[in-house]
Amino acid sequence: MANILDYQSRLSDAGSRKFETFSYLPKLSTAQVRAQVAYIAARGWTPAIEYTEPAHAAGAYWYMWKLPMFGETDVDRILAEAEACHKAHPNDHVRLIGYDSARQTQGTAMVIYRGTAA
Amino acid sequence: MATKSYDAGVKDYRSTYWEPDYAVKDTDLLACFKITPQAGVPREEAAAAVAAESSTGTWTTVWTDLLTDLAHYKGRAYRIEDVPGDDSCFYAFVAYPIDLFEEGSVVNVFTSLVGNVFGFKAIRALRLEDIRFPIAYVMTCGGPPNGIQVERDKLNKYGRPMLGCTIKPKLGLSAKNYGRAVYECLRGGLDFTKDDENVNSQPFMRWRDRFAFVMEAVKKAEAETGEKKGHYLNVTAPTPEEMYKRAEFAKSLGAPIIMHDYLTGGFCANTGLANWCRENGVLLHIHRAMHAVIDRNPHHGIHFRVLAKALRLSGGDHLHTGTVVGKLEGDRQATLGWIDLLRERRIAEDRSRGIFFDQDWGAMPGVFAVASGGIHVWHMPALVAIFGDDAVFQFGGGTLGHPWGNAAGAAANRIALEACVLARNEGRNVEREGKEILTQAAKSSPELKAAMETWKEIRFEFDTVDKLDAGKQAAA
Repeated sequence: MANILDYQSRLSDAGSRKFETFSYLPKLSTAQVRAQVAYIAARGWTPAIEYTEPAHAAGAYWYMWKLPMFGETDVDRILAEAEACHKAHPNDHVRLIGYDSARQTQGTAMVIYRGTAA
Repeated sequence: MATKSYDAGVKDYRSTYWEPDYAVKDTDLLACFKITPQAGVPREEAAAAVAAESSTGTWTTVWTDLLTDLAHYKGRAYRIEDVPGDDSCFYAFVAYPIDLFEEGSVVNVFTSLVGNVFGFKAIRALRLEDIRFPIAYVMTCGGPPNGIQVERDKLNKYGRPMLGCTIKPKLGLSAKNYGRAVYECLRGGLDFTKDDENVNSQPFMRWRDRFAFVMEAVKKAEAETGEKKGHYLNVTAPTPEEMYKRAEFAKSLGAPIIMHDYLTGGFCANTGLANWCRENGVLLHIHRAMHAVIDRNPHHGIHFRVLAKALRLSGGDHLHTGTVVGKLEGDRQATLGWIDLLRERRIAEDRSRGIFFDQDWGAMPGVFAVASGGIHVWHMPALVAIFGDDAVFQFGGGTLGHPWGNAAGAAANRIALEACVLARNEGRNVEREGKEILTQAAKSSPELKAAMETWKEIRFEFDTVDKLDAGKQAAA
């Protein structure tokens, strides 16, 4: 038993909450986020940013940052919007979405700034 | 009509049912059979016999034939092709008019196409390779109760395959201990756990107790992780009444998803349950026990691509498709063919994937492909490459067999999955670079490192029994 690690996760620890895709990996680096933005743009998906207080992360709807960036393929401009959202709401979760209008779904969604636990 | 006269006796089938000049209609249901005839039976006669016996014909002429418009109602064999690399058999293509089949009834289609004809003496063996369902018929079927997009929206899971695990040992656990195994998997990062198909309502664990304990586990794991979770509650039952009773109870507990075995349960039960799921907003996972009895023999039975199409029409949101890389049978090209048939809107004829017809599903939702059986973290790169995002990977032993337990096993799988998806999105070849990707991810995950050490030697490298005919020719 000595070499078995206890699995760290509990209701009372807000740090145990996950955020779906990529939330089990260490926080993505700037370069890693940039590559995912490039992936969304290359697929022809519409980038969009959402944010929320960590205490209210459950549910389908977070706050929408401005509007989805229709037709935007410039990785720097997309990253700049994500950063602006984070600066405006530094304690919140911020997620990046790629809307796939052909399939009427989100092609991907990932939290790129993890808010401070309430 | 003056041109018709009654001439009692046995006629060659080909005089009525072989029409090589027939122009196929958009509304026709088309079938491709692989026929192994008895010695001395000409191909055209065998093909015509199959067309006749699977549609309007019987072994002798009857006077009541003349009371109907046989030319309209009959099935016609319209093309014959060699099977690449196999002289013992040939392909026969048959067209059936749409009004031979009751609307929305997979049961009725199968009763005709794979009914008495399969026991017919003039043929040694018969295999239904593919069916083209005309869009006009597709639109009469309910199809998946929710579909891929709706399921993703309900579960808030985007941009990656989902992860599941079948709870083991498959028989003998008490309901409370079973719920424990479910809870550990889900808190560790899996999206779903699954009842084994053998688990219905046995004396050691009655369904009502299992459902109650499992849903407590699901709800606690959801609260703990902040993610949506589900357990496929198996409602496969001895009678439809009992099946619906179990489904209603699952719904009353807030279960997001239930499960059915569509071949042992039957298409009648499955279609009814899919309709119930659509009415009640419950997802439906479909298992395929008995499929290998029907689809494994290359010369006799029904190809799995037909069973997969039939399930999409009958209704289900997930269907087991094989893994290509695990312990169960499955050729890679053939698997790619039938997962396209489950998920895409229009699929073009592609013999290299075993697809004999263009298939248009119109507005019918798609079905998640489920890869399950003998897979573990080392298979993750290949699974991501083969299946893409719209799939569920189910690691049973590959989760529960982790040396530190289910939660650690689940976390290892989740981290491996996310590392592979991240790398794929970065443009890396995840199959070729799989080892580096996993090794890098394991640096921040002791759970993944332990999983990689536990399973690295396991391989399943037996040859496939049912190889694609097109592939045999290429190899020859």
